[in-house]
Amino acid sequence: MKIFRILKSFLLLEFAKAHWLTLKYFFKPKVTLNYPYEKGRLSPRFRGEHALRRYPNGEERCIACKLCEAICPAQAITIEAEERADGSRRTTRYDIDMTKCIYCGFCEEACPVDAIVEGPNFEYSTETREELMYDKEKLMANGDRWESEIAKRLADDAPYR
Amino acid sequence: MATREVEINNYSLNFGPQHPAAHGVLRMILELDGEVIERVDSHIGLLHRGTEKLIEYKTYLQAVPYFDRLDYVAPINQEHAFALAVERLLGCEVPPRGQYIRVLFSEIGRILGHLLNLGTHAMDVGAMTPILWAFEEREVLMCFYERVSGARMHAAYIRPGGVHLDLPAGLTDDILTWCERFPQVLDDIATLLIDNRIFKQRNVDIGVATAEEALAWGFSGPMLRASGVAWDLRKAQPYDVYDKMDFDIPIGKNGDCYDRFLLRLEEVRQSLRIIRQSIEEMPDGEVTTLDPRISPPRRAEMKRSMEALINHFKLYTEGYHVPEGEVYAAVEAPKGEFGVYLVSDGSNKPYRCKIRAPSFAHLQAMDFLSRGHMLADAPAILGSLDVVFGEVDR
Repeated sequence: MKIFRILKSFLLLEFAKAHWLTLKYFFKPKVTLNYPYEKGRLSPRFRGEHALRRYPNGEERCIACKLCEAICPAQAITIEAEERADGSRRTTRYDIDMTKCIYCGFCEEACPVDAIVEGPNFEYSTETREELMYDKEKLMANGDRWESEIAKRLADDAPYR
Repeated sequence: MATREVEINNYSLNFGPQHPAAHGVLRMILELDGEVIERVDSHIGLLHRGTEKLIEYKTYLQAVPYFDRLDYVAPINQEHAFALAVERLLGCEVPPRGQYIRVLFSEIGRILGHLLNLGTHAMDVGAMTPILWAFEEREVLMCFYERVSGARMHAAYIRPGGVHLDLPAGLTDDILTWCERFPQVLDDIATLLIDNRIFKQRNVDIGVATAEEALAWGFSGPMLRASGVAWDLRKAQPYDVYDKMDFDIPIGKNGDCYDRFLLRLEEVRQSLRIIRQSIEEMPDGEVTTLDPRISPPRRAEMKRSMEALINHFKLYTEGYHVPEGEVYAAVEAPKGEFGVYLVSDGSNKPYRCKIRAPSFAHLQAMDFLSRGHMLADAPAILGSLDVVFGEVDR
């Protein structure tokens, strides 16, 4: 047996095996994605950039109940509210500090009217810090831009919630 | 001709915090005699965030995301410990399906943690290929995380009372398919490393911890088992449905870096067994407790019923009150015993939350494991300790 071990060691058998193995991997199909031309699949539960949604008639959903502000562990959300001319309660200010946000999704869970959601967008890097201080205007614009996508994701995941 | 006497002093060398083999933000001051390590002084604290203190100012639900950020290579295992602690204080029972899902994702977390360590440990001693294969598989596992929780890493999935949402359709099939394919990758990693003479020269008999030393230094998890002590919290103090699972605890013989590597490789295979069992035996039913004082109502009900809406508001603002008392709950995290010591004063926020991180206990062994070894052995020993700075510094 000892002679076999010496022979094995002398012939560098384990290296030969390893080289053969890596050579096989060399001809396997590549697993890398050619980002940004190819992207990975996202599930309906993915928690990305926030958006404020509207009802189909164009009325904003958020009623300024401030549940999201209360549950936010990072205290990234700031809301101020006032009664509007037509007597309904709406936000006058809805700010999210995206640099504080930890993307836990609690705001979306807490929202009783499905107004604040974390959408599928994860490509919103900026060049300055200030651009990440989202205000209501930016969040509503996000909602308008992503609405069809968000509505589909919410419908897909609704049976589980 | 008379030989000239040359005085060589010990000198100290900074290892990290920018060193690629220092695993995060560890700074070690090595006192060297030539190339032999005489003393290792680990400096920690560069990633300190005050997690324990912050948790005292958050409700129990808000504290969950902090646990993802401790050992961030296997986030769900940490949440598990916190959820168990809170549940023991609340005296709340998790439905069977919830328990199976927790076990399933804890084991996926263990594979995540071990794959990272197997890859980085090999890279620390010069093998570049296994880490690429390991990260490819980690990506698949993180996709499972993403499908179930919505985030690749910081899942916030296991909550006190159960888990957040049920598994989406088709996920268990995909996990089983992956379970079929994955052992081949483990075999390939083993082929590259286990018999490899370079890998052996760098690891065998390096950083030996005897069973007595391992116990004295507070080792747990693979570090302790590599020294030959068959101690695993999943068997010793089963939590959730681990007592129904059939798996083995591998143990090492010599307690050196090589044993620790082989042990982690074997533990991954055992985790696969648990994953298969938990999927096959998973019952139907609720995933989280139906106690309205702890878990919020389902969305459809919240939108229909006034009572449910009030309950929803109550749980997402004030949260739930936890009875006065103290409890220690520990889970077998990939790195060892991860414990949460929770003191409640009866309010909706923890009075104190002490976190027992396995990496912290293992890092203090760096000094006695490295003494007398060469400088080049330090990365191998550190790699086999499997420290993650998220939980060392907390």
